[in-house]
Amino acid sequence: MVRKVGVLALQGNYIQHKKMLDILGINNILVQYPRELEKCDLLIIPGGESTAISKQIDRNKFRQPIMNFVETNSIFGTCAGMILLSSTKETNNLKSLGVMDFNVERNAYGRQVNSFTEIVQLEFDSTDNFNALFIRAPKVSYLGKGIKILATYKNTPAMITDGKHFATTFHPEIGTDVRIHKYIMEKINA
Amino acid sequence: MEQGSYEVKVGLAEMLKGGVIMDVTTSDQAQIAEDAGAVAVMALERIPADIRTDGGIARMSDPLMIKDIQKTVSIPVMAKCRIGHFAEAQILEALEVDFIDESEVLTPADDNNHIYKHDFKIPFVCGAKNLGEALRRIGEGAAMIRTKGEAGSGNIVEAVRHMRSIINEINMLSTLEHDQLMATARDFQAPFLLVEQVAKIKKLPVPNFSAGGIATPADASLVMQLGAESVFVGSGIFKSEDPASRARAIVDSVTHYMDADKLAIASSGLKSAMKGLDISEIPDDQMLQDRGW
Repeated sequence: MVRKVGVLALQGNYIQHKKMLDILGINNILVQYPRELEKCDLLIIPGGESTAISKQIDRNKFRQPIMNFVETNSIFGTCAGMILLSSTKETNNLKSLGVMDFNVERNAYGRQVNSFTEIVQLEFDSTDNFNALFIRAPKVSYLGKGIKILATYKNTPAMITDGKHFATTFHPEIGTDVRIHKYIMEKINA
Repeated sequence: MEQGSYEVKVGLAEMLKGGVIMDVTTSDQAQIAEDAGAVAVMALERIPADIRTDGGIARMSDPLMIKDIQKTVSIPVMAKCRIGHFAEAQILEALEVDFIDESEVLTPADDNNHIYKHDFKIPFVCGAKNLGEALRRIGEGAAMIRTKGEAGSGNIVEAVRHMRSIINEINMLSTLEHDQLMATARDFQAPFLLVEQVAKIKKLPVPNFSAGGIATPADASLVMQLGAESVFVGSGIFKSEDPASRARAIVDSVTHYMDADKLAIASSGLKSAMKGLDISEIPDDQMLQDRGW
C-alpha cells in the first residue's frame, strides 16, 4: 500500500508531479534529503536535466540510500528520471543508478526543435489514448528480458516496467491526464 | 506527431526549473558550466559586463562559436538575438539552438516591435520588469519569462525589484473580481485573456526565471525565495575569480535555496565575486532593462 510518495526535488519538473499526486489525493512530499526516503514507499524521479540531477544525487549523498530504498520500494522515473533508472554506461557528467535492466540513448531525437507530442496507446487502458510530450527525449537502446512494455512510440518502448519500477520516455506529469500516475499507484497497491 | 507546438516549447522551460543557466563565451566555459551542474548554457560572444564596458553594437554571436559549444555539452544550448531581429532568430533556429533569448542585453533592432515568436518552432525566453511586459511577451509567444534585473551589473537590486513587481501584481490580480480584469488589463497594457488566466491560476502561464545581477549563492537563494523558478547567471560566474567553484556553489544554492546551513557551506571560501556596479553609476541611456516595449 502506498502511504507516502516522495518526489525527488533536486532539479527539474518536480512540482508538476506533486500536482498530479495532489489531484489524486495521494499523500506526498518533496524529497531533498536522503533521510526523507525513509518516510516514502514510492519515489518519483522527475524530468529535468539528467546531468544536473545525477550530480545532485551524488553531492547530496543520495546514491546509496536510493539503492537501499529500492530493495523494498518502487521508483517511477520520467525522461531524465528514466535515464537515471537505467543501466546506461557512465559518461562524463552522468552516472545512472542501474535500478532497471535497460539502456537509453540520450537526446535520441535530436535537439529541442525535434521535440514533439504524439498520441500513444497505453497497454493498460484501452478507453482513450494518451497525449504524450517528448522533450529532448531519450530512446531505449537495450531492453532486458524481464522488462514489459506498457506504451510504444514508433516501435520503441515509451513506457516500461520490470514489475516493480516504472519509467516513461515522455512527460505524463504535464497536462491534466492523471491516468499514468493512477495506474502506477494501483499496481504498487495490488 | 506535432513539433514546435506551444506545449512542446513550454515543456522544455518546465524541465529547466530548479536549476542554473549560465552565460558562456567559449566551449571551455561551457564545459565548466556543465561540470558544475548547469541545466543549460547561453552561448554569447561577450558577457554583459564586457558589452557594457566595450560599448558599440552588440549582435547575435558567430554561428561557429555556437556550434562549437553545441558539440561540447549535452545540456541545452541557448543563444541571444536582438529585440525585434527576426532574421537573427531565423538563423538561430537554423542552427537548432534549444532556446532563443530575445534579449535587451544586445542592441535592439526594432524600437517598436518584438519578434512574433509563435512563428518559430524553437522556444523563446524574454525579459520583463513587470507583469504587463511579461504578458505582452507571452502574447507574442514567449515560452519562458526571465525578470530582467540589470545585466552585467553584479547588483541584485534590480532583479529583486522586478521579481517583486511581478509577484505583487499576480497577487493583486488574484484578489480582483472578474469585472475588474478588463480595466486592469488596460492599466497593465496586457492582453485581456492572459490577465484573466493569471488571475485564475495565480502564476504566470509559463515558467518565471530570474536574471540580471546574480553574483553569489545568497543572491540566487534570495530570488528563488521571492518566487523565481530558476536563475540565469550572466557575468556573475566568469567575471569572478574562481568560476568553477562559484558555478557549482550557485547550482547547489538553487537546489537548496531555503536551507541556510547548506547555503552557508556553498558560500564559504569562494574567491572574489565580480566587482559590480552601483545602479546610480550607470548612465540612464545605458540601462539595459529599459530596452523592450
